[in-house]
Amino acid sequence: MITKRIIPCLDVKDGRVVKGINFKGLNDVASPVGLAKYYSSCGADELVFYDITASSEDRRIFTDILRETAANVFIPLTVGGGINTVEDFDRVLKCGADKVSVNSGAIRDPGVIEKAANRYGDQCVVLSVDIKRVDGVFRVFAKGGRENTGMEAVSWIKSCVDSGAGEIVVNSIDTDGVKKGFDLEMLEAVCEAVSVPVIASGGAGKTEDFLTLFKALPKVDAGLAASVFHFGEIRIEDLKREMARNGIPVRI
Amino acid sequence: MIAIADYGVGNLFSLKSSFAAIGHEVTVTADADALRAADKLILPGVGAFRDAAAKLDSSGLGAVVREEATAGKPLLGICLGMQLLFEKSYEYGEYEGLGLLPGEIRPISDVIPRDLKIPHIGWNSLSLKKDSPLFRFIRNGDHVYFVHSYYARTDERLVAATAEYGAELTAVVGLNNVYGCQFHPEKSGEVGLNILRAFCEET
Repeated sequence: MITKRIIPCLDVKDGRVVKGINFKGLNDVASPVGLAKYYSSCGADELVFYDITASSEDRRIFTDILRETAANVFIPLTVGGGINTVEDFDRVLKCGADKVSVNSGAIRDPGVIEKAANRYGDQCVVLSVDIKRVDGVFRVFAKGGRENTGMEAVSWIKSCVDSGAGEIVVNSIDTDGVKKGFDLEMLEAVCEAVSVPVIASGGAGKTEDFLTLFKALPKVDAGLAASVFHFGEIRIEDLKREMARNGIPVRI
Repeated sequence: MIAIADYGVGNLFSLKSSFAAIGHEVTVTADADALRAADKLILPGVGAFRDAAAKLDSSGLGAVVREEATAGKPLLGICLGMQLLFEKSYEYGEYEGLGLLPGEIRPISDVIPRDLKIPHIGWNSLSLKKDSPLFRFIRNGDHVYFVHSYYARTDERLVAATAEYGAELTAVVGLNNVYGCQFHPEKSGEVGLNILRAFCEET
């Protein structure tokens, strides 16, 4: 049976993971390769590396890290951040990424999804969307959630799936950082609209939030989080054990 | 020495790295003589069947892989590389494969319920159907990582393992010295590495 995926997201800047604490057996918490290996050994089903650097020099450091990670960690690796063109897809795929996540780049040029899907296949193209309710309507936000594009989120996602997006990461700005659980209403609206895998992001504060997510919305394929894993508030081994105990299909 | 046939599809970095991780030397090569000199062969592949089959053909490597496997050299096809071992595929048309294994590649939509998502993507458990050298270091029910929209329809006697996704999809095949995995062992954590190790050490 296909299992629900648990995905830690690592923000990488200047070659270091931006946030995190010390885990037992992990000396350098800010080492992307070290943390990736640690999560892989804990049972993470996939990893997301998010490049939050700006300069081209930093970008080179990021791709070096990506290559080193892919040489040492043997689970699927998704890369996001600074993806605007098919050349950007090419750059990170060559370094060992399996999937590429595009967000603002697709808003600027929706054509990048179709071009990338044609070249690398739908399964390689992940659409990440930052969504916030504005007057009761789900709106797509750009630039790291700072700018309202005015676009309605579900129709935006549908058009991207039609163009070849093979997976959707739904980041709810409304629940992000609140740690009171995932945005079930928003996720349900997306799940009902598309038939590609949906990854929930934003709002996880404790193990129960993941259990609620997968029980309430069986169509959600994966849960993504960053700080709750990095700060040790949720341990992936414990989370997956609890999921299994609650009858949620999971890889242990 | 194990040789990974590089006929121009996909990135072989992870696959190469996974052999390094289990302490087995590999060479990634597009050279026919290097494939002939190798002890064992890996046929990788991602993307569309038609493009890959065309590249195997035009590079001449398909013929070398077929000759070497026919002569008894252990061969492991991975993902699309597994599908290419069969006689033909019905992915966007009808295309010939290497014909090392009897059977054909069909869309999974033919056999799975309509409400299931395509591609079959993610970690799924292996149901081991018969003994295979590839299973020496893994157990029934172990999880591996799949990404595919087509599956191999073949003689039941060739199917060493399946994965349940609304139907029993072919996951591992084997006939004499020719093996194939529909999933990505190089992306399947310890279990995947153990399957590659078994190919290196047990076949």
